[in-house]
Amino acid sequence: MISKPIVSLEGVTKTYGNFTALHATDLSVGEGEFVTLLGPSGCGKTTTLRLVGGFERASAGRVVISGEDVTSRPPYLRPVNTVFQDYALFPHMSVSQNIAYGLSVKSNNVPRAEQAARVAEALELVGLEGMADRRPEELSGGQRQRVAMARAVVRRPRVLLLDEPLSALDVKLREGMQVELKRLHRELGITFIMVTHDQTEALALSDRIVVMNKGRIAQIGSPTELYDNPSTPYVADFIGAANLLDAAPAGPDGGFTMYRLGDTLIRSAQKPSLALASGAMLGIRPERLLVSGSEVANRLSFTIKEVLFHGDRLKLELMMRGVDKPIFAELARTVLASSQTETGSHLDLYVEPSDILVFTGGHAG
Amino acid sequence: MTVDRRSLPGFAALFSLPLAWVILLLIVPYGIMISVSFWTRQFPLFYPDFQFGNFAQLFSDPQYTTVILRTLKIAALVTAGSLLLGYPLAYFLAFTVRPGSLRNLLYMSVIVPLWVSYLLRAYTWKIILGTDGALNSLLVSLGIIHAPLDIFLYNQTAMVITLVYIFVPFMVMPLYTVLDNIPKRLIEASEDLGVGPFMTFIQVILPLSLGGVIAGSTMTFCLAFGDFVAPVLVGGPDGTMVANLLQTQFGAALNWPLGSALATLVLILVLVLLQISSRLDRAGRINMT
Repeated sequence: MISKPIVSLEGVTKTYGNFTALHATDLSVGEGEFVTLLGPSGCGKTTTLRLVGGFERASAGRVVISGEDVTSRPPYLRPVNTVFQDYALFPHMSVSQNIAYGLSVKSNNVPRAEQAARVAEALELVGLEGMADRRPEELSGGQRQRVAMARAVVRRPRVLLLDEPLSALDVKLREGMQVELKRLHRELGITFIMVTHDQTEALALSDRIVVMNKGRIAQIGSPTELYDNPSTPYVADFIGAANLLDAAPAGPDGGFTMYRLGDTLIRSAQKPSLALASGAMLGIRPERLLVSGSEVANRLSFTIKEVLFHGDRLKLELMMRGVDKPIFAELARTVLASSQTETGSHLDLYVEPSDILVFTGGHAG
Repeated sequence: MTVDRRSLPGFAALFSLPLAWVILLLIVPYGIMISVSFWTRQFPLFYPDFQFGNFAQLFSDPQYTTVILRTLKIAALVTAGSLLLGYPLAYFLAFTVRPGSLRNLLYMSVIVPLWVSYLLRAYTWKIILGTDGALNSLLVSLGIIHAPLDIFLYNQTAMVITLVYIFVPFMVMPLYTVLDNIPKRLIEASEDLGVGPFMTFIQVILPLSLGGVIAGSTMTFCLAFGDFVAPVLVGGPDGTMVANLLQTQFGAALNWPLGSALATLVLILVLVLLQISSRLDRAGRINMT
C-alpha cells in the first residue's frame, strides 16, 4: 500500500518516569503522503511528532527517515522541518530574516545570492509578498501562520511536520488555511505529517489518518475507511459521531446477523459467520437515520425528547423503547413537516443494515 | 488621568504619604545638595553664594579627575566581571537545571548572600587574600610558593574581585528572569531549522536576553560606582574611589561645598548612564509572545 516509506517508526516507545506517553508503536509514512495524527489531548500524537522532529528521544525503538536511522540525532541534523503550534517566530527578526534563518546555516550550502531568491519564492508561495520587512508582532495570526509555513518549507525538507497548525486561528480563517495547506501539499509534493485534535480538519486534508488513544494507535486508514469501517467504538465516535448502543446477538437471518436492541430486532449486514454469542455494541451514525429506506432497512420507532435547530439541519434527541440511552439523529429540515418534530410526538426512522456498525469484544475501545 | 470627585479624599490620603516621602527625602535633599555646591568656604565656615569655583576645582585638580576616572574603570571592570560570571550561571539555571525545585534552590543560593551583612562579605575577602589568608596558605601547602605573598590584597584587583563577589546577584537576577522568559519553542525552532546549539545561542538567545544584560549591567555599575567600603577594606593606597572622596569632604576635610559639587557631578554621571541604559533597553525591547 505504501510505495516507499520516507518515515518509519519501529517499535518506538516514549516514557517519562513511570508514565508511558507512547507504547511501542510502528508507523510508516509514504513519500508525498499527507498523514494526520488524530486524537484527544494526551493521546500521544504530539509526542509521536516530536519524536520524528528530534525534540524527544525515543526510550526504545528506531526512527528512520529516508532510509537513515536518526533515532539519536538532534533536530538540527534531521531532514525534516516543523510548523509549530504557536508558530515560534523569532520576535527580534523581520519576516524575511525569519524565513532566511534556516538558509544561512553553513551546512545548508545555499549561496547568498540564491538565499534572497528562495526567500522571495517562499513569500510568494504563502502569499505574503510585500510583508518581508514586517516584524512578527505586526502580523495577524493568519499571517504569522504563513510565515511559519514559509520558514519551514524554504529549506525544502523531505518531510514537513505540522503541530496543530490551525488551532490558534479563528474558525473562518481556519477553513481558508485548510485549503491553503492542501494546495501547498500538492504544489510542494513533499510528505506532510500533521497533528490535530480536530476530526473535520483530519478528514478534509489527509490521505491517511492515524487515530490515537492513550499512547497507542487505535486505527490507521483513509478518511473513508475510518468513517465507513471504524474498528472500535472509540474510532467510530471520534471520526464523525456515533450512537453507541449495547445489544444482544439474536442469531442469523438469511445473509444478515440479527441483534436485539431494547424491544427491537436489528438487521445488520455483518456476515453471520462472524457473529459471536456474547454481547456486542452497535454503532449508528446520526446522519444515517433516515425518513425512508429500502425493503431490508430497519424501521425504528422513537419518541422525540428534544429538537435542536442547526440551520438547514435538525438535531433530534430520541428515545427508543427498551433503550435507556437517548439516540441522536440529524435530518435535513426539509424532509420533516413541523408537526412531526414536536417534543413528545412519535417518529419512525429507517437505517440500512449496511449502516449498522457492529463491534464485538473489547469494545471498551 | 481624571480622578472621581467622590474618591478625592481617599486618593489624597493614599498618595500623601509617598508624595511626602519623595519630597522630604529625595527632592529637598537634592535641592540642598545642589545649592550648597555653589557656596563658598572660608574655613571653618561656609557662606551661601552662587559661583562655580567648586566645580572648577574638581576639573582642574588632577587628584579629583584621577579618582573619578579610576572609579569609572573599577565599576566597568566589576560590571564586566559580573556579566562574565553571571551570564553562564543564569543560563545554566534557566536552561539546564531540572527539575524546578532544584532550580529554585540554586537560585535562592545566589540570592541568600544578600541577607548576610555587606560588611562581613567584604571583610571575607580580606581574610582570603591577606598575607596570612586562605589563598596564601593554599599556595604554600601546594608547594607553588615558598613564603606567603602580600601581592593579593590592597590593590585594585582585590577591589574588583570583592565587588564582583558582592554585586553578582544583581546581575544574575535580571538575567535569569529574562532567560527564563525566552520561550523554549524558539530554541526548538532554531534547531529545527538546522542551526546547532552554539549558533542558536548567538542568534536567538543572546539577542533576546539583551534587556537583562542592560538591566543587570546598569545596576551593577551604579552599585560599584558608589561603593566606599571595598576601597577601605581591600583597596590599599591607590584604591580611593569617588565615594571615599565624598566622605572625606564632609568629614576630615570639612569642605561641604566641594563635597556637594562632587556629589552633584556623580549624580549627573549616574543620570546620564541611566538615560543611555533606558534608551538601549527601549531600542532592543522585544515583545516575546
